[in-house]
Amino acid sequence: MRSLILATATRILMPMLLLLSAFLLLRGHNLPGGGFIGGLVAAATFILHSFAFGPQQTVRLLPISPRGIIGSGLLVATGSGVASLFKLKPFMTGQWKLMEFASGQSLHLGTPLLFDIGVYLVVLGATLIIILTLAEED
Amino acid sequence: MITATVISGFVLALTAPLLTRWRSSLAGYILTLLPLGLTTYFALQVSSIAAGQHLVESFAWMPSLGIHLSFYIDGLGVLFALLISGVGTLIVFYAGAYLAGNPQLGRFYLYLLAFMASMLGVVLSANLITLFIFWELTSITSYFLIGFEHEREEARSSALQALLVTGIGGLALLAGFLLMGHVGGSLEIRELLNQADVIQAHHLYKSILVLILAGAFTKSAQTPFHFWLPNAMEAPTPVSAYLHSVTMVKAGVYLLLRLNPILGGTDIWSLSLGFFGAVTMVTGAAMMVVQRDIKRLLAYSTVSGLGTMVFLIGLNTNTALLAAVVFLTAHSLYKGSLFLTAGAISHAAGTRDLDQMGDLARHIPLIALAAILAGLSMAGLPPTFGFIAKESLYQTVLGAPQLTIILTGIGFFTGITMVFAAGILAIPPFFGKSPNPATHHHSLPIHLWLGPVVLAALGLLIGIAPQLVAHSFISPVLQSVNPPAQDIHLSLWHGFNPILFLSLLTIASGGIAYAFRKPLLQFLAVGARLGRIGPLQWYYLILEGVKSFAQWQTQILQGGLLRRYILIIFLFAITTVMVTMFQHNGFGIKTELLSIRFFELTICLLMLAAAVITIRSQSRLSAIVAMGVIGYGIALMFILFGAPDLAVTQFIIETMTVILFVLVIYRLPRFVRRPAKYIQARNALVALLGGGLMTALVLAALNAQQGSRLSAFFKANSYLLAHGRNIVNVIIVDFRGMDTLGEITVLALAGTGVFTLLKLRPREEDDVCDL
Repeated sequence: MRSLILATATRILMPMLLLLSAFLLLRGHNLPGGGFIGGLVAAATFILHSFAFGPQQTVRLLPISPRGIIGSGLLVATGSGVASLFKLKPFMTGQWKLMEFASGQSLHLGTPLLFDIGVYLVVLGATLIIILTLAEED
Repeated sequence: MITATVISGFVLALTAPLLTRWRSSLAGYILTLLPLGLTTYFALQVSSIAAGQHLVESFAWMPSLGIHLSFYIDGLGVLFALLISGVGTLIVFYAGAYLAGNPQLGRFYLYLLAFMASMLGVVLSANLITLFIFWELTSITSYFLIGFEHEREEARSSALQALLVTGIGGLALLAGFLLMGHVGGSLEIRELLNQADVIQAHHLYKSILVLILAGAFTKSAQTPFHFWLPNAMEAPTPVSAYLHSVTMVKAGVYLLLRLNPILGGTDIWSLSLGFFGAVTMVTGAAMMVVQRDIKRLLAYSTVSGLGTMVFLIGLNTNTALLAAVVFLTAHSLYKGSLFLTAGAISHAAGTRDLDQMGDLARHIPLIALAAILAGLSMAGLPPTFGFIAKESLYQTVLGAPQLTIILTGIGFFTGITMVFAAGILAIPPFFGKSPNPATHHHSLPIHLWLGPVVLAALGLLIGIAPQLVAHSFISPVLQSVNPPAQDIHLSLWHGFNPILFLSLLTIASGGIAYAFRKPLLQFLAVGARLGRIGPLQWYYLILEGVKSFAQWQTQILQGGLLRRYILIIFLFAITTVMVTMFQHNGFGIKTELLSIRFFELTICLLMLAAAVITIRSQSRLSAIVAMGVIGYGIALMFILFGAPDLAVTQFIIETMTVILFVLVIYRLPRFVRRPAKYIQARNALVALLGGGLMTALVLAALNAQQGSRLSAFFKANSYLLAHGRNIVNVIIVDFRGMDTLGEITVLALAGTGVFTLLKLRPREEDDVCDL
């Protein structure tokens, strides 16, 4: 039995929750948040979707399978550590670049952000794979 | 350049499968070019090395640990490097035809070339750790090559056997290397050469020796570890020829020669090498004569040959070491040739059974020629290199200061068996009557006869003109093995002396034994049964023992009851933590830290109530919801103490956990037969102990925190070094990023583990897993 209220609310909530998860991921370096929390929020979003529409629909919604998400997450996280090897620094030495904007503001971009995105993806994928697999069993 | 000679093999190995897929017929030729090039390179180095120049190369790898990727070529190195690359050339060329049409040919080239590169790494390494890594790589590639025909049970179990025996020896070797590096103050072999006196006088010398000998003896198939070598004959014949006669099994002998200037010369060195070598020599020779499978016969003769080399190194005189090196070279040539001959025979006549062969000289004359030349060398008949090798052996044992009779007896016995075995290998299969004359014989392409003929011809050439190698090869080797350099003399003719007399006696006795081979073999077949109580049986006993012990303890620790797992984990943690806390007097609690606020008290009471509900509840669902309340309480605590990151994570995790439990609960039976009272009491006791201990631990941690400089470092450098103001996150993704990488890997494994368990279950109707 599908609940109309849940389904409608989910449609409206999902984009906002996903935005929130991206927001948490990006602000994490300076304020509470980060890849782990962001990934969990994103996973919770899809789990909400699976409650409203059933896990098969959620699997169809995902552009790549949870397994693929886990794999790409590990790849991104490890890759971010490899970057420093090209500068002959030990594995996972943070590499930074200062971005200057026309407005006079500046931003430090670095491999730890990439690493955090990897964490985000692995957490998202692993949570989804566990819960969706269990839910699909019914 | 030396580094490139090692690395190039690995690089080419990786491209071999693609190359083979692209042009299977061309691949063999192209891949042969590398070992051919390497052979040329090493051959060009010979003269400068003979002049006393050693090539050295070193790259810092882990300098803080004294580990360098360093290589050098000296006399000993260049001899082995030439054997490896030279025979490797012939083997790669040979294998293309031997395995033609095999769909796995590309994979075979991959393993073979990777092996060749690893073996070159072993003999050219100047650092003990580098040497050890290549040493293990040879074991691993050998595992793949023995198990190449992996559809067959015997191939798989033989491969595993070789890996286990040499692998365990390898571990001992690593320990020995580390001890030696510790005592000698360096891991570089060339620096250790100056430390020989220090190492030999150290009280750890005996431990070092035992560990290193364990590595060398397992690799070089010394009794009682010899059993893996005959079983390794499950490998395709080119592999047996290359790994299990010419190169890998000689790695142990190489190591003994290499370390002789550092560890050798002591009584215990001579005693252990002499004893094990002699036993192996005799065991191998005795087992050899009763074999009817041509490859197993050759394998046992290799065992005996390896024993001879170890034995000679153990005797440790100048003559003995010269004999060891000469024997090693001669053995490589004739044994490689005989193995390749055996491969060609099985290719042409389709059998490895000596009783099924006959009259082959008419069909494969070139192979017959190779077999006879190699057989002459094996039997130690003039004018081959094998004759010189045997003369050197006899000269050594006759000149031994002690136990002359016994040592001579051992050498004499082995010599007779070699004449006998060479006879049955080289004569009846080619000139005897064929048991089934109608058999169809395949003709042989050049690939299959070139290798055996070249190797056998070299044995003859060096025999006739030993001065070709004496000064350019053998003398520099001796300089590496037993410095300083000596002038050496090799020749076929030493004049009328006891050595020649002993040689003649050996040949005559072997010849007589060969003439009466039929009754002799029947008589010996009875004795062969004794082999059934040999070390191979011990190996199986140990393997079975390990397996059943593992099964027994798994049944106890992981019987399948989750309750039991948790109980064991808790009890273990409680015991270990409690013992540690008592030992370090860790129960001191600072009371001034224990001021409690109203909020905290309220939350604690709520959590306590939820805990009681969890325990008393009759339904799983309400128990889980109550658990969730406890988790939320903890999250609130995090907020109160200023850890928003942890709080958010805790909230989401609690929610997820409840969802997860609800999904699982569906599948469980309704509820729960409460266990008996005494079990409840036991569980309660463990729970209380665990909870109490955690409380004490947390309180004790308050004290311990005072001394930590880590949080000060993180606080000071979070923004400066890592450009982040949120210290928690900076720790996770930057300062302790390696930990996080490990954690997310575990998470990924857990996720795929759940997926695998639920999705890839074997269906009920078919018991094959649907992957």
